[in-house]
Amino acid sequence: MSPRAQVYILAALLALMGVGLTIYKNRELGFPLLPGEYRTVWTIEAKVRFNADGGPVKAALTLPREQRNMEILGETFSSSGYGFNIIRDDDEYRAVWSRRSASGSQSLFYQLDVHQTPGAPLEQPLDLSTEVQKPFLEAREQEAVRLAIYSLVDYAHQRSSDTKTFTTQLLTALGDTGNQDRNLIFGYYKDRSLVDVALLVLAAADIPAHRIRGLYLEDDRRRLAPEDLLEVYDGKRWVVFEPTTGSPGVPKNFFIWQRGGKSLLDVEGGRNSQVTFSVISNDVPARDVSMLSTSKEKEALVDFSIYSLPIEQQSIFKLILLVPVGALVVVLLRVFVGLRTSGTFMPVLLAIAFIETRLLTGLSIFILILILGLWVRFYLSRLNLLLVARIAAVVVTVVILMGAISVVSYKLGIEQALTVTFFPMIILAWTIERMSIVWEEDGPYEVVVQAGGSLLVAVIAWWVMTNRYIEHWTFNFPELLLVLLGFILIVGNYTGFRLGELMRFRQLVK
Amino acid sequence: MNGFSLHKLAAKLRGGLVSPLTLRRFGVLGMNARNVNYIARYNDRDKYPIVDDKLNTKRAAKRAGIPVPELIAAFETQPSRRRVMEVIEPLWQFVIKPARGSGGKGILVIVGREGDHYLKPSGAHVTAMDILRHVSNIHSGLYSLGGKPDRVMIEALVDFDPVFDKYSFEGVPDIRVIVFRGFPVMAMLRCSTHSSDGKANLHQGAVGVGVDLASGKSCHAVQSGLRIDRHPDTEMPFDKLEVPGWRDLVRLAASCYEMTGLGYLGCDIVLDRKRGPLLLEANARPGLAIQIANGVGLATRLRHIESLDISHFEKNVEERVSYSMEEFAAGS
Repeated sequence: MSPRAQVYILAALLALMGVGLTIYKNRELGFPLLPGEYRTVWTIEAKVRFNADGGPVKAALTLPREQRNMEILGETFSSSGYGFNIIRDDDEYRAVWSRRSASGSQSLFYQLDVHQTPGAPLEQPLDLSTEVQKPFLEAREQEAVRLAIYSLVDYAHQRSSDTKTFTTQLLTALGDTGNQDRNLIFGYYKDRSLVDVALLVLAAADIPAHRIRGLYLEDDRRRLAPEDLLEVYDGKRWVVFEPTTGSPGVPKNFFIWQRGGKSLLDVEGGRNSQVTFSVISNDVPARDVSMLSTSKEKEALVDFSIYSLPIEQQSIFKLILLVPVGALVVVLLRVFVGLRTSGTFMPVLLAIAFIETRLLTGLSIFILILILGLWVRFYLSRLNLLLVARIAAVVVTVVILMGAISVVSYKLGIEQALTVTFFPMIILAWTIERMSIVWEEDGPYEVVVQAGGSLLVAVIAWWVMTNRYIEHWTFNFPELLLVLLGFILIVGNYTGFRLGELMRFRQLVK
Repeated sequence: MNGFSLHKLAAKLRGGLVSPLTLRRFGVLGMNARNVNYIARYNDRDKYPIVDDKLNTKRAAKRAGIPVPELIAAFETQPSRRRVMEVIEPLWQFVIKPARGSGGKGILVIVGREGDHYLKPSGAHVTAMDILRHVSNIHSGLYSLGGKPDRVMIEALVDFDPVFDKYSFEGVPDIRVIVFRGFPVMAMLRCSTHSSDGKANLHQGAVGVGVDLASGKSCHAVQSGLRIDRHPDTEMPFDKLEVPGWRDLVRLAASCYEMTGLGYLGCDIVLDRKRGPLLLEANARPGLAIQIANGVGLATRLRHIESLDISHFEKNVEERVSYSMEEFAAGS
């Protein structure tokens, strides 16, 4: 195979791999393609409070399980002085705090961050018990209530065709304050909630049902009590009902905390226990959400990448990942335009320095150091030093110049010039040395051409590298470097004319 | 009418640029095409040292029987002051060069002495101190690619054939021949001028004179991108210029192919009064200015050589020279 064909095949493979990984990360892991995408993350805090009796204390709080439309990004527990563990059984998932002795008011916290994703909230089928416990209503004084319940069941039964419509009818009737049966039942069960009564009536009608506890996710809510939904088995599947409206389906923004099962909170050795919730929403960059959700699953692509580095190293890598982009700019300008620079990739280093110093400060510092350095270098050349010693002397001079610029500008109140330290000193020293040779051999005009060319390339590279899209892509999709590599390979095969040559060879065309 | 004015407008907007299609039609070779299609394809990397180091070139030329300027001394390591002085003390004229210099950088020519001073071709004075510093600079790698430590060569000054005296100002005229797969394809004479400060680089203002491969006569001359008829300093008309012993010179260039094994090669040759053509240096990355000097594109000629059938590449030097001189005559 000819080298050229190999280049195209290799470039195509690299590009395919890079684009494929990028699409995977975007589609499956949710990394945003564009910068500035935000996702809402809800922070839910459960606060358990009770008065301890002075003896051993044990508090158990049922924790939410994984849900399909809510992604749990992280959870924290705080409980000073308490032993803590999590119990995972078939039908329960509980946090247990325990302590040998405690007295007075106690507060325990559980906090979790969730992120809403599209999809059905609950999984079907779920093997929850469909057993029905008939309520005990045989006592004499319960005669009236029993009749009212069965009359209500009959009423709903006649106005419905299946379990689903029956439940809706029943809930509507239970919400209707003009209904005599309903008023009678609520008069008897004075301290029961709507869901309690609905469960009672459903049990009387032989329909399996249970309660769902959860929260409505609304921003900045404090001291919320959990709200209840009703879940009813229609013979094939479980259907969730909102009790006050009687409509089927989980309401939007409802976060399911507990489904069926036991109590929400059990406290042994304490009194007046209660659990309250508070909810706040944060707008978090979409990438961070993806990072959090994938780090839990240990996605290899993310786990074995720069994201596994400490934050400090990551920020260094953010710069390093921009170098290939700068190199691409140099390649394009060299191959397609034909700009002359001093040192092929020196402009990229300059551009990186400009990122740190900001453009105008960087440019003026660079030119200042270059001019002062050249001036010192001309004097040094008269001293008949060996080359290495001379360059070392220039390095020292450059460092002294940098220090002087920093101090003087600080005293003058120009704090920006303090960023002078970001300039690569050795590169500057070599640049000064080369420039002075160019000056001696080809004259100052060539120095201006080469320094100008280098600066132009550096400014263009800086401009590209500080583009927020470029920054976002290089850091979040480092696999795009493969595409870049493929592109550079193809550019390396370009045999057409450079822009400068269209000018240079113009007199050949008669 | 409308189309005509649009055409004019486009030409104005383009400024001095010509379209790449036009350049292609005229067979002009661009830098990228040179690098990819010729240098990368025909020049093996392992043969570069022969041409990149002038001491190696000299050695290889001696072995191949190609005449070169006489080497007086070479310093492998940083020479002591005494050793350098020992070498240059008895000399009246000499040239100091870096073995791995590029683009003619770091070459110091001494044409005579005046008391304690040494004279450059421009008449400027140079002290022994300056020479020692120059030697030290060369050795430290100031002129070599990548700044690697270099070797210093001291060469005898070529006794130039006076035929070019009228065409060169203060400098050394040399002849560059491009040799492709053993076939000489184009030649030019580089004459320094006052504005080029004695240097033979075209972009510094030297005159590039295209030399007809068939006859050794000038066919075209250019300075700073403009066609000229006379040397700007000496006022000599170029159409009278004819290189003596042209066939010998072309033969020498063609035989460099066997010597270096490089498929795309530029040979720099000078004419000595007594010894005839001498190989000054060879270049594995010869520049493209030769096209401007000749007013002709290289690509057409290179493609012609590439299209030859295999039997042509078994020809000996003499046959190749005959073929090239016939095929690439000016105006053909």
